Amino acid sequence: MTIESRNNVETNRPGSAENGWPAFARVGPGNPAAGISYELFLRCVHCGLCTSSCPTFTELGDENDGPRGRIQLMRMVADGRAELTERMRDHLELCLDCRACVTACPSGVEYGRLIEPFRLAVKQADTRLEERYDWFREIVLLRLFPYADRLRLVLLPVRIMQRLGLFDVAECLGLFKLIPGRLGRMVPLLPPPVRGGPRLPKFLPAVGRKRARVAFFTGCVADAMFRQTHWATVRVLQQNGCDVFVPPEQCCCGAIHYHAGDGRGARKMADQNLVAFELDRYDAIIVNHGGCGAMMKEYGLHWQDGLQPHRAKFAEKVKDVHEFLDELGFVPPGGRIEATVTYHDSCHLAHAQGVADAPRRMIAKIPGLEIRDLPESGICCGSAGTYNLFEAEMADRLADRKLQNILSTGAEIVLAANAGCLLQILAEVRKQKASVRVMHTMDLLDLSYRNVSL
Amino acid sequence: MTFPPLIQELRRALGGENVISAPSELAVYDCDAFTARRRRPEAVVFPRSGRDVAETVRIALRHGVSIVPRGAGTSLAGGCLPGECSLLMMLSRMNRILEINLRDRTAVVEPGVLNLQLTTALGREKAGCHFAPDPSSQGASTIGGNVATNAGGPHTLKYGVTVNHVLGVEAVLGDGRIVQFGPVEDPAAFDLSGLMIGSEGTLGIVTKVWVRLTPDPQDHRAFRAIFDSLEDASNTVTQIIAAGIVPAALELMDQGILGAVEAAFAFGFPADAGAVLVIEIDGLTVGLDPQEEQIVALCKKNHAREVLQASTERERELLWKCRKSAVGATGRLSPSYILEDGVVPRTQLPRILGRIAEIGRKHQIRIVNVAHAGDGNVHPILLYDERDPEEFQRAMAAGREVLDECLACGGSITAEHGVGVQKLEFMPRQFTPADLAALRHVKTAFDPAGVLNPGKLIPS
Repeated sequence: MTIESRNNVETNRPGSAENGWPAFARVGPGNPAAGISYELFLRCVHCGLCTSSCPTFTELGDENDGPRGRIQLMRMVADGRAELTERMRDHLELCLDCRACVTACPSGVEYGRLIEPFRLAVKQADTRLEERYDWFREIVLLRLFPYADRLRLVLLPVRIMQRLGLFDVAECLGLFKLIPGRLGRMVPLLPPPVRGGPRLPKFLPAVGRKRARVAFFTGCVADAMFRQTHWATVRVLQQNGCDVFVPPEQCCCGAIHYHAGDGRGARKMADQNLVAFELDRYDAIIVNHGGCGAMMKEYGLHWQDGLQPHRAKFAEKVKDVHEFLDELGFVPPGGRIEATVTYHDSCHLAHAQGVADAPRRMIAKIPGLEIRDLPESGICCGSAGTYNLFEAEMADRLADRKLQNILSTGAEIVLAANAGCLLQILAEVRKQKASVRVMHTMDLLDLSYRNVSL
Repeated sequence: MTFPPLIQELRRALGGENVISAPSELAVYDCDAFTARRRRPEAVVFPRSGRDVAETVRIALRHGVSIVPRGAGTSLAGGCLPGECSLLMMLSRMNRILEINLRDRTAVVEPGVLNLQLTTALGREKAGCHFAPDPSSQGASTIGGNVATNAGGPHTLKYGVTVNHVLGVEAVLGDGRIVQFGPVEDPAAFDLSGLMIGSEGTLGIVTKVWVRLTPDPQDHRAFRAIFDSLEDASNTVTQIIAAGIVPAALELMDQGILGAVEAAFAFGFPADAGAVLVIEIDGLTVGLDPQEEQIVALCKKNHAREVLQASTERERELLWKCRKSAVGATGRLSPSYILEDGVVPRTQLPRILGRIAEIGRKHQIRIVNVAHAGDGNVHPILLYDERDPEEFQRAMAAGREVLDECLACGGSITAEHGVGVQKLEFMPRQFTPADLAALRHVKTAFDPAGVLNPGKLIPS
């Protein structure tokens, strides 16, 4: 025998701790799984039906990068059977948290409730974070992104460059490649300038018979980059008989903080939103970007303190705009749009919120539109919040895979309902100089309502 | 970082990115979907080509380690359990569809191609044909794995199992040589391609598969028949087959599994139903009415509460999703399970299902059932909590008794999952010493050094 058979202990007797496996739930303080209910691990029966739904497994073919393997890695740490090694951590970090596995899992494993608190605990316990000041995380991620006004201000010079054509010149000359690291990664993600329009007013009245009274959530990056989509969304809501309120005290949903390992910062934002939205006044809190909606629907799960019941009640009121209009009874738009489109499922809309049919049903009502199925529609585009800034290589692979699938449909327009996906796909389209338009579903519906051509 | 000589050699041959040897990364390969036994491999290799596979076999031979091939790791019989001092060979990176030939209705695929990946690709080309074997795990399992286990699926009742849909294979044998058997309809010499199918990686590692594509039926209808008792449902199955009807699929789910399925998919099965049959008929549209009438009449005769046709394609798809994902939904009932895979003559179906219930009561193990009933293939799922060693032993004992009973009924210990390690102890009961000796001769001819997946299929 050429190598030491250290791991070669076969066990056919579960519960036999002498073989090093399995010793169940030795979760103590300091264990990253300490805050996770062990029952959540036991739901997984290791059948493997999830693996093919996972973008990173599909790309790499290694079970360490698939949901079943990641659950096993986390559970080994929870059981005290393994120390969390750097490699294990890398595999867990590579997870997009796209939840495609949740859609695939027949046993109802709540994967998000495993990976998110686990990674959060690992990050919080990481002393290197405290020792080494990470300016990108502290300034860009936690102090800039979640604030639409600050972001817009910072982007102002870029916008001016874009309008003057200097941006494209600089890009052609490769000047942006000189910007190092994650900041450099952000530049190509900037969408071309579009007139976003003024800030949304506090109130927009229903058109025609009044059918519902809703509050609209504007968010951070979505408001800074896609305000035109916000306008389109509220117009669509108005056309469907909704009185739309836009509470001005609202803030970012907290997802950026939460996923960057700042649970406390995320909770502060959640709690500010609890104050900003007076629940009893509205039939629903409407969100038009999948990522924000998924986060807000999970407010009730993340923190167990005195406000938890209130957060849970808030979460129940949160509705994705497609989901809400589909339930309300969607009033079909009348304007013809002669175009071929395909629809990309945003992970946090389709997998985390289970909203996949409603957007398709709605766009199918636009007269003249031809809809083509997108192969691998439910495989992540690689954006995944801020994932594309941290796991650049995998994000690029998935962006390319997504674009190739989009191009294979021959559609002129690809629709998506999440800011991250729109930025990611748009950037890939520009990078590969492909000729396909990238739009939010609400943008297209709004055009049809207003009878405006493309 | 320095590696032991074996790992060094593998890294040189396959590239460092295609070899895993860190203990913390090997752990996830310690079992497949049969979780009752676990063992870590020495390393995991990811070949990219048949040459990589052959090179790995030669290295393994030199170092006296064995090779366990693995596709998606969905084996329910421990077919991918690492052996003592073994390399695990993940074929997931050999996942290209090499050719689709619609005129000859064939396709050539690498072993890591997912079963559904091929069918989806054909659908995208509007090819009008599909790969017929449809194991319930088809969304995740690979064609290489289907070949290794001679996989079946609901539609095998009418269309046959994997061996009926493979025209040839390329494989690496136990001496590291690459051979090709087929692709022809009628081999001039021995049907060695047929021999490879179902051999569970013990005779060779399949590196390329020529598959037959089956024309899509002109029309199909799916029904669900709701019964108050399991016995009525199984009697119906026996009578449908006896009447000479060959449905495309004839599947059974009992009350226990229906609870999990309903929780997963909210299809709308009545909670108090004793059993549900999922019946599909297909073929020329004009031929479907008489079949439907006959089947509905037989269901009614056996006290079916109702027989409902899936009214839309969507409803039909959901019905199939319910059936095919049923085993995966077991996590809603229990932390762990053992899934058996016994076969009995179809006339014995009511008897075996009755006996399974008795065995469960005797060992105090909850057993729920799905079955490819039309084939007489039962899949009792024995539920236990892995934290309770005593309950695990009872589940194992109950499982053994179920298989004993299948043999007593004149059946077999496996239909489609393979023997793996789970059913190894039953081989001497199903085969005579002379039979087993013949199996060993075949094994030795293909793999003289015993490097390929030892300890599976054939008891030593």
